[in-house]
Amino acid sequence: MTNPFANTARLLTAGLRALIVLTVLTGVVYPLALTGVAQGLFPHQANGSEIRSHGKVVGSSLIGQQGYGLAYFQPRPAGGLAGNTLNTRYRLEVSGATNLAADNPKLVRAVEAAKAKIVKDNSVPGYTVRPSQVPADAVTSSGSGLDPDISPAYADLQIHRVAARNGLPVAEVDKLVEEHTTGRTLGFIGEPRVNVLELNTALRSLVAKG
Amino acid sequence: MGPVLAGVLQILALMGALALVYIPLGTYMARVYSSRRHLRVERWLYKGIGADPDAEMAWPAYLRALLAFSAVSVLFLYLLQRLQGVLPGSPGFASVSPAQSFNTAVSFVTNTNWQSYSGEQTMGHVVQTAGLAVQNFVSAAVGMAVAVALVRGFSRSRTGELGNFWSDLVRGTLRVLLPVAAVAAVVLVACGTIQNFSGIHEVGQFMGGTQQWNGGAVASQEAIKELGTNGGGYFNANSAHPFENPTPFTNLLEIFLILVIPFSLTRTFGVLTGSARQGYAVLATMATIWLGFTALMMATEFAHHGPALQAAGGALEGKEVRFGVGGSSIFAVATTLTSTGAVDSFHSSFTGLGGGITMLGMMLGEIAPGGVGSGLYGILIMAVIAVFIAGLMVGRTPEYLGKKIGAREMKLAACYILVTPALVLVFTAASMALPTPPHSALNPGAHGFSEVLYAFTSAANNNGSAFAGLNANTDWFNTMTGLAMLFGRFVPMVFVLALAGSLAGQRPVPVTAGTLRTEKPLFTGLLVGAILIITGLTYFPALALGPLAEGLA
Repeated sequence: MTNPFANTARLLTAGLRALIVLTVLTGVVYPLALTGVAQGLFPHQANGSEIRSHGKVVGSSLIGQQGYGLAYFQPRPAGGLAGNTLNTRYRLEVSGATNLAADNPKLVRAVEAAKAKIVKDNSVPGYTVRPSQVPADAVTSSGSGLDPDISPAYADLQIHRVAARNGLPVAEVDKLVEEHTTGRTLGFIGEPRVNVLELNTALRSLVAKG
Repeated sequence: MGPVLAGVLQILALMGALALVYIPLGTYMARVYSSRRHLRVERWLYKGIGADPDAEMAWPAYLRALLAFSAVSVLFLYLLQRLQGVLPGSPGFASVSPAQSFNTAVSFVTNTNWQSYSGEQTMGHVVQTAGLAVQNFVSAAVGMAVAVALVRGFSRSRTGELGNFWSDLVRGTLRVLLPVAAVAAVVLVACGTIQNFSGIHEVGQFMGGTQQWNGGAVASQEAIKELGTNGGGYFNANSAHPFENPTPFTNLLEIFLILVIPFSLTRTFGVLTGSARQGYAVLATMATIWLGFTALMMATEFAHHGPALQAAGGALEGKEVRFGVGGSSIFAVATTLTSTGAVDSFHSSFTGLGGGITMLGMMLGEIAPGGVGSGLYGILIMAVIAVFIAGLMVGRTPEYLGKKIGAREMKLAACYILVTPALVLVFTAASMALPTPPHSALNPGAHGFSEVLYAFTSAANNNGSAFAGLNANTDWFNTMTGLAMLFGRFVPMVFVLALAGSLAGQRPVPVTAGTLRTEKPLFTGLLVGAILIITGLTYFPALALGPLAEGLA
C-alpha cells in the first residue's frame, strides 16, 4: 500500500474539490437562477410584499408593526422582538419569541397585565369588555414577534373603541373588519385572521374620506 | 368548523399528499441510486472532484471519503464565518467569533442546524447562501448516502462493496434534492417568501419613519432547509418568520417537505431489497409513531394546561395566528421526529407535556420518519435490535432480510444506540453540575433544566431546535453542543457503515418456516414496542426531572 499520509491528503483534496463544485452548483447557480425566476415571475412577493397608502410604502402585508395609536387596531404583543446587539451600524429588528415557559410567573403577570389593559382600553361608553371576551392571541406574544395578524375575535373587540376614536359609526368599522377577515385556506388550512396593517391602512383611507 | 377539526383535516391532507408521492418518489430514488448511467453534468462534476464514480468502495473506504468531505466542509464553513468581515457581499457584517463559528460550522455539516446566533444580525449573504445553504444540500445527501449504503449491505451478498460515496453524494444532491427544492422554492416565493439580494434597506412604516429590513435568498434556502431536514433559519424566528413561512398553506407545504423524503425512502428500501412489503412494514412503524405523537401534541396543546396559558385562555404564546394551535402542533412533531429542527412556533412556551413530546421525539433517535437518510438507517438499526429480541424469545438465530444477525452485527447495533443517549445524558449532567452553565437558562425550576436537556438532546440527535430561552452563545455551550453534534452524527455513521460492510459480506440465509416474517403487522408492533421501551427506559429519569415535572405539576 501507499503511504497513509499521501492517501489522506489525496482524500482531503477530493473532498475539497467536491465541496467546491457542489458549492458552485447549490450555492451560486441555484440561488441566482432562483432569484432570477422569482424576480421575473413574482417581483412583488420576492421583494417583501410591500403595501402602499397614499403613494407611500407603509410596510409589508406580511410583517406586523408595533406602535399604532389607540385610534387604530392594535396588533398582538411582541415580547420577543429585540433590537440588534451585533453589527449596530444598522437598526435591525431581531425576530423571536419570549420563550417563557407556561408556568413562568413572569409570563402569567404579562398575560394578566395585557388582559387588564385591553379591557380598559376597549371599554367605551355604551360598550363594556369583559375579561372573558379577550381572546388568547391578544395577550400572548407570537413566535416571530412580527405576526401580521390578529384573530377576528380580537378585531371585533376593538371595533367600538376604533369607531369612537375616529368618530365613525360602529357599523361602518364593523363592515371594514369583516371585509378584511380572511378565512381558512380551502376552508381548513390555518386559522381565520385579520391583517392589522391592511385593516389600519383601509381605516386611514376611510377616515380621510370623512 | 372548529380549530380541532381543522387541525385533523390538515393531518389528513398531509397524509394524502405524502401517500400520493410515496411510490413515484421512492421508486425514483431507488433508480437514482442503482442506475449505471451518469448524466452529463455529473460527469463534469466527477471530473471536478477527480473521482471515478464507478469504483466500488468497501465500508472503510466509503467512510473515509465521507469523513474527508465532512472535515473539509467544517473547515471551509468555519473560515467563511471567520473571514466574513473582509469578504464582499456581506453588508459589512463583522466576522463571527471562533467558538460560534466552530459551533455553526459543525452544526450545518452534521445536518443539525443548531443556531446559537440570530441570522438577521449575524450572517451576511455570502455565508448564508454559499456556506450554510450549501451544507443544507450536501449534509442531507451524505445522510441519504449512508442510508443507501446500509440498504446495499442488506441487498448485496458475498461482496464487501457498498457503492461509491462520490457518486451517491452527487446523485442525491443533483437528482433528488435540487429539483424538488427548486420547485418548492418557486411555490414559496409565489406565496410571499422573499428572494432578493437587496441587502439591508429602509422601508417606510405606517406610523411614519422607516424600518431596516434584511433582504436575502430566503426562499431558495427555506426549501432545502425543510426538504433536507436541516432546519437552520435565515432569520432568528425561523419558520415562524413571515418572510420564511408566510401563509397557512406554506406551513403545510413546509411540513410536507420535511416528511416527504424520509417517508418515501422506505419505498426506496423496499425496491432495493426486492420486497416492497418490507418497506411498508418500516413505513407503518414510522407512521404509527408519527400519528400517535401528533395526536398527543394536539390534545395537550388544545387543552393548554399551565398557569400562563390558562390565564390567556389558549396556548398561543410563541405561536402565530395564521398557523394556530393545530398547524403549530403538527409542525412541532414533524420537526422533532425528523432531524429538522425548524420551528414555526416556539417549543419553550408549549405546555409542559407538549415540550416533553418534542424532546421524546428526538430521543427516539429521530426515526419516525427521521432525518433524510438518517431516519432510515436509524430505524433499520432498531429493526435489527427488534429481530434480535424476537430471536431471544423463540430461541433462534435472528436474521433480517436474509442476513444473519450475529454477534458482530449486534455489537455494532448496540454501540449505535448507546452513542446518543450517552452524549445527551453526560453533557446535560456535566452542564448542570458545573457552576456557570445553568445560568444560561431563562426560566426557573424544572423548565430551566429542560432547556439544558433539550439543548443536548437536540445537538446529539442532530435536530437543531431549542428551548430557545437558553443563552447558548457561551464558550461552554458553543463548544459542548458542537462536540455533541459532531460525535452524534459521525460515530453512529461509523457503526452503520461497519454493519453494512458486514452484512454485504454475508451469504443470504434461505427463508424457512421458522423465519420471523418482518413484513407482517406483528413485526411492526414489535418494532414500535422496541423503540418506545428502549428509549423510554433510557431517558425516563431525565424526562421526569424536566417536562414531566412541569407538565404534571
